Amino acid sequence: MAIHPPEERIWWNERIERGELVWIGIAFLWGLVMFSMMVYWHIEGKQNLSNEAYRIDPAVFEKRTEEFTEKFTVREDETGYPIAKPPAGGDVYMLARLWEWWPMLELEKGQTYRLHLSSLDWQHGFSLQPTNINLQVHPGIEHVITLTPTETGSFGIVCNEFCGLGHHQMVGRIYVVEAGKSQ
Amino acid sequence: MSIASAETGIIGGIAAKFRTCPATGLKIDLAAEKLIKANAVAAVVFLAIGGLFGLLVALTRWPAVHLLPSEMFYLVLTAHGLDVLLLWIIFFEIAVLYFASAVLLSCRLATPRIAWAAFWLMIIGGLMTNVAVLQGESSVMFTSYVPMKAAPHFYLGLILFAVGALVAVMVFFGTLVVARDERTYEGSVPLVTFGAITAAIIAVFTIASGAIILIPTFLWSVGYISHIDTVMYKLVWWGMGHSSQQINVAAHVAVWYAIIAITIGAKPLSEKVSRTAFFLYILFLQLACAHHLLVEPGLSAEWRVFNTSYALYLAVLGSMIHGMTVPGAIEAAQRKNGFNNGIFEWLRKAPWSNPAFAGMFLSLVMFGFLGGISGVVLGTEQINLILHNTIYVPGHFHATVVAGTTLAFMAITYLLLPLIFQRQVIWPTLAKWQPYLFGIGVAGISLFMMGAGTLGVSRRHWDITFSDAQVTFDYPATAFLMMGLNGIFAIVASLGGILYVLITVGTVFFGKKVDASNIVESLGPMPQKQVSGAVHEYGGAGTWHLPGTYILVTVFFLSFVLYYFVNWKYLSEIWPLS
Ligand code: HEM
Ligand SMILES: [Cu+2]
Ligand SMILES: [Cu+2]
Repeated sequence: MAIHPPEERIWWNERIERGELVWIGIAFLWGLVMFSMMVYWHIEGKQNLSNEAYRIDPAVFEKRTEEFTEKFTVREDETGYPIAKPPAGGDVYMLARLWEWWPMLELEKGQTYRLHLSSLDWQHGFSLQPTNINLQVHPGIEHVITLTPTETGSFGIVCNEFCGLGHHQMVGRIYVVEAGKSQ
Repeated sequence: MSIASAETGIIGGIAAKFRTCPATGLKIDLAAEKLIKANAVAAVVFLAIGGLFGLLVALTRWPAVHLLPSEMFYLVLTAHGLDVLLLWIIFFEIAVLYFASAVLLSCRLATPRIAWAAFWLMIIGGLMTNVAVLQGESSVMFTSYVPMKAAPHFYLGLILFAVGALVAVMVFFGTLVVARDERTYEGSVPLVTFGAITAAIIAVFTIASGAIILIPTFLWSVGYISHIDTVMYKLVWWGMGHSSQQINVAAHVAVWYAIIAITIGAKPLSEKVSRTAFFLYILFLQLACAHHLLVEPGLSAEWRVFNTSYALYLAVLGSMIHGMTVPGAIEAAQRKNGFNNGIFEWLRKAPWSNPAFAGMFLSLVMFGFLGGISGVVLGTEQINLILHNTIYVPGHFHATVVAGTTLAFMAITYLLLPLIFQRQVIWPTLAKWQPYLFGIGVAGISLFMMGAGTLGVSRRHWDITFSDAQVTFDYPATAFLMMGLNGIFAIVASLGGILYVLITVGTVFFGKKVDASNIVESLGPMPQKQVSGAVHEYGGAGTWHLPGTYILVTVFFLSFVLYYFVNWKYLSEIWPLS
């Protein structure tokens, strides 16, 4: 029994039964399939995490985001947040800080943007809902994500990395409109 | 009988007092026995406290109840994670290590004094961290990601606890050496001990990672170090955090083998296969820390793919092997016990009214179907994009560490009470129902948290209605329903947990004494009322006919494949990103 020493002293010479061998074979092949899926998705799949990231001083990132916002703000949200609408296909900035995402964005459906994300203080979680894209945001690292909205509407950005007492108040917004239109 | 028949063995010049276990014939070192008791009792106390915190958390996350205010919620959630994941599990694991070494090898425990020092270090460290959290300045979650800062004694407590655990692991290794030198067993160590060795080796790696990250963080919290890299912190932290989950898996798989050996006389189908499967854990599981960093900026895709596939999923392979050999061993033993009709008589006539067996089997099934499958899916590089930091994550690990590890530990408690505490379980009828109650509750919270997570609900979040937020977002009604159901099942799980604590504590204090005359009945209903030596001839070629197990693993495999590709489908529907 498993609580006693093996009956065969030289247990590593035991024969392995076919049933066990077959199962090990299946499990091993399945592991290979799962491994290949990840590689395959990097080649053919459309949802992969960007590898583009830079070390950055939070103050510099703050300044760039402010310049971006100043340049492209088209209107204010009813909550008072500026809404920036960059040219289709361009660079977009959003910063995370205790406890807000700033600014709000308006993007066009079907256009591809380079979204620059970073935090000014602690780690935050960029959880774009309801489409359900979740990214970790670090201070001192600028993450550049190439993103293509495929549906119109108003999308929430819930912070899903615990970031202190105001964590549950940290919500941002992205509006997506039909190409060539605005809200 | 215990003290009366205690003999003093002088082996290797060192005196130790032993008693002989009337059920197994094993010689039990009384010093080891005391330490097993102390560690197990400490474990149960922390489970009681931490479990209560878990209930409070779940009731707060039930939108219609929303029990605690926000600050209190984050405090209690931090305490919940620490008390159950660290204190309950690790104290119990130390008890398991001492049991698997000193008791199963009929050996004296190496250096009981040092083992007591380890115990007290762990207690002091555990209490210190708890005090830090309850004082309110350290609601940083048990992961304490920098640059969020806790009070210095939060980290110091964790360090003391880890040092204590490391010392205890060393006592375990020392005991193995003593057993070999003093020839207390013949041939190789039993499989259960082998599993425990696996757990202990991983523990050394784990605690080393913990020291590498927590000591600088402590120095940073008192101002000696000015900066800690946030990504590096996470990488090393999960070197501890994830590997410690591998300790749990190795430990609870060893516990499964022990329970089926004692309750139905099962022995491994093949020592070689089961041991190799344990060995795979040592070789490959540590790499899994990477799957906590799948959506972090700045790590290369190659690194993520290599590490998440745990070098071709070889560690998952280890678990899948146990997933077949454990039910296979049960089926083989039950057929030997005379339940040889049809495909499933062995399973139908298993000792379902024995809480040790029932708890073990539920743990096996839920760990595999709920925890294992969801874990692999969650840890798939790209699929993590749709699940990272959602409440799917706690859903997954309540299936592994609660339905799997905690339930397995609860199950073996029903054997340790008569064998080590020498007490008969009080309230056998309630004990019979306890694993089912707890199991159903935990299955519920796991499934509903996973369901809500699939709909994007965030983990560690006080208010998904965003009532006091400036900008808001509306989660779908189904998400609210899931969080409500989660609350209901949390109550069921808590009832099961409370029952466990009451039965255990009640038995330790008020249980009827166990001796040679009633030991066998004290172990609960069994198909063959003989614990040792009953099943000796089967195994080897020819006796292998396990149709039931093949059907079970086929069902498992098909569910796995189906669920895996369903999640790729979900992923393919989100906005393209690269
Ligand atoms: C009555 C039993 C339990 C209930 C009702 C329960 C419920 C919960 C809930 C609702 C959460 C919060 C999810 C969130 O908001 O992010 C949680 C978190 C957690 N639970 Fe449990 N739990 C129970 C037992 C356990 C046990 C026995 C363990 C470990 C062995 C455990 C480990 C954890 C951990 C590690 C966390 C994560 C804490 C964090 O995010 O920092 N739980 N639990
Ligand atoms: Cu945040
Ligand atoms: Cu947050």
